[in-house]
Amino acid sequence: MSLLHIQDLRVCYGGIVALDGISFEVAEHEIVTLIGANGAGKSTTLRAIMGLVPMESGSISYHGDKINGLDTQKIVGKGIVLVPEGRRVFANLTTLENLKLGAYLQSDKEEIESNLNRVYELFPRLKERHWQMAGTLSGGEQQMLAVGRALMAAPKLIMMDEPSLGLAPLVVKEIFSIIRRINEAGVTVLLIEQNANVALKTANRGYVLETGRITMTGSGQQLLSDERIKVAYLGKSR
Amino acid sequence: MHTRRNTILTIISAALLVGLLYWLHFNRTGNGMLISILQKSAILALVAVSMNLLNGFTGLFSLGQAGFMSIGAYVTAILLIPVSSLEGVYYMSGVHPSIRVFKVFLGSLPPWFQSLYPFFALILGASIAAIIAAIVGVAVLRLKSDYLAIATLGLSEIIRAIFSSPQLDGVTNGSYGLNKIPGFPKMFGGLVPSLVTPFVISAICIMLIVMLIRSSYGRAFLAIREDEIAAEAMGISLFKHKSVSFIISSFFSALAGGLLAMYMRSIEAKTFSIALTYDILLIVVIGGIGSVTGSVLASFLVTASKEWWLRFFDQPLDLFGWQVPLFKTGFRMVIFSILLMVVVLIYRRGLMGTNEFSWDRILGRFKRRKNAKGGA
Repeated sequence: MSLLHIQDLRVCYGGIVALDGISFEVAEHEIVTLIGANGAGKSTTLRAIMGLVPMESGSISYHGDKINGLDTQKIVGKGIVLVPEGRRVFANLTTLENLKLGAYLQSDKEEIESNLNRVYELFPRLKERHWQMAGTLSGGEQQMLAVGRALMAAPKLIMMDEPSLGLAPLVVKEIFSIIRRINEAGVTVLLIEQNANVALKTANRGYVLETGRITMTGSGQQLLSDERIKVAYLGKSR
Repeated sequence: MHTRRNTILTIISAALLVGLLYWLHFNRTGNGMLISILQKSAILALVAVSMNLLNGFTGLFSLGQAGFMSIGAYVTAILLIPVSSLEGVYYMSGVHPSIRVFKVFLGSLPPWFQSLYPFFALILGASIAAIIAAIVGVAVLRLKSDYLAIATLGLSEIIRAIFSSPQLDGVTNGSYGLNKIPGFPKMFGGLVPSLVTPFVISAICIMLIVMLIRSSYGRAFLAIREDEIAAEAMGISLFKHKSVSFIISSFFSALAGGLLAMYMRSIEAKTFSIALTYDILLIVVIGGIGSVTGSVLASFLVTASKEWWLRFFDQPLDLFGWQVPLFKTGFRMVIFSILLMVVVLIYRRGLMGTNEFSWDRILGRFKRRKNAKGGA
C-alpha cells in the first residue's frame, strides 16, 4: 500500500484552474519528485495536501485514511510536514527557537531532545549557530534550518518545495545529499523542483506536471533520458 | 556566571522601589504629583504590555485598547459606587432598578466577600471584556494588518458610542459619566496600603503576561508574527492562537481600565476615545515593539515628561526682565512632540527594540566606556 495516494485532485483559485485532476502516489521510503515549469501547479499540490488551500474535488489518502478536509494541525500531527518554498525561517528568532517551533506539536521532552540531537548530527552547522538569529544565516544555512525545523516534527513524510531555490550549485549538491541521508533514515520524501536535473538524479520516481496536469511519469533515470524532458527541462537544444 | 549578581541587583532594585512606595505612603503630603505620576504609569504600563502582547509579540496590529479599557472602567465603576451615592451620581435620569437590586444583593454577601469586592469588580469587568473579545475576534481576526487596525478602531468607537448613548442613561449615566468612584482598596488586610495597590496589581498582571510569552504559546505567537504561512505549516493553529492573544490582551486592558477608574475617581465616555489608544500605542512604540520592559520604562518616561517634567514650559519665563515668548500654556506639548521625534530618530526601533532589560547589558556598556577612557 502506498503511503500517500492522490486521486483526481482539483484545485481552483477563484475560477482559475490550478490543478486539473491530478493523480499520483508515493510509496513508503521512496523519494518522489514532481517537476514542472513555473505555474504548473507544483506548490499548489503540496499546499493542498497540507490543507492550506481548499480543494474542489478529489481525494488525498495517507496510510489508506482520507486526510482531505482535515486541519493542517491534524495533518502535521499524522506525520506529514512541509518545508515551504523560499525557506521561510522565523528571521527574528534564534536557530534553536526555530527548531523548537518545528516540534510544536510534540509534547514529550525527551523525544524533542533526541530529535534535536539528530538534526544537529545531520546539520553540524546549525549546532554551531544555535544562538544566532535565523535571519542572519546564509541562504544555504537557512535552507538547512528549514529542513531541520521540519525534521523536528519527526515526520514520516517530508515534502520540500524547491529546496534548491536561490542557492549556489555546491550548496544545492550538499542539500540533496542530505535529502538522500534523510531518506535513508526512513523518511519518505516528496520533492518539488524546477531544477529537474538534480531532482531526477536524486529521486526514485518522477512525475512531470504541466499546467495542472500530469503528462509523464517514470523512474528518475527513465525521465532523465527522455528526449522530450531533455528539451523542455534539462536545457538540451534541439 | 553573572546570574547570581543579576538576581541580587534585581532584588535590590525591587526593594528600593517598594521602599520608595512605602516612604511615599507615609509622606503623602507634598508628593502628590510624584504619587499620581507613578500610579498612572503603573496602570498605563499594564495596558501597554497587553497591547504589546498583541501588536509586538503576535504581530496583530490592533487599535481597540481604549474600547476594552472602557468596558473594564464602567463595570468597575458601576459596581463600586456606594449604594448611598447612587442618587447623587445618576441625578439626571435615575439609576436602573436592576443595577440597584444587584448592588444591594452584592452588599448583603458575607464579609470575606466584601473585603475582596473591589477585586471582584475588576475581574468581572475584565472577564466581560474578554468575552466580548472572544465573540468579536471570530469576525475581526480574519483580517490582516491595516484592515485589522481599522476594524478594532471601529469596535472601540462603537463601544464608546454605546456607553454614552441616552438609551443607557440608567446604567452608564450617558454623557454625564460616573463619579464618586472609590479609590484604590487596601490589599492583604492592610499590609499593602491603598497607595501601593495599583503597583502590586499591575506587577502581578505583567508577570502573568510574561509567563504566557515565555510558554510554548508565546513561542507560537512569535512564529505567527514572523511568518504566518510557515507557522501554519508547523501545525500552529493561526485562529486559536490569535484568539488567545486577543482575548488575554483585552482582559488585561480592561483590568487596567478598571484601575484607571479607581485612579481618576470619575469617568466619562470621552476619556476612552481613540486618543487614549494612541497614547498607549505611543508608549509601545517608544519602548520598543516586542519588549515588555521597554513598555514599562516608556510608560513612566512618557507619563512623567508629559505631565510633570515639562510643566516648566507652560509657565511664563522671565529672563532678566525679558519675557521669553512661547512659554505659555500648551507649549509643553510642542516640546513633548519634538522630543518624541528626536527619540524616534535616534532609536529607530524604540528605546529597547525587541530586547529586554538586562543587567549584563547595562554593566557591559558601563565597562566598555570605562575601558575606552582608560585606553585614551
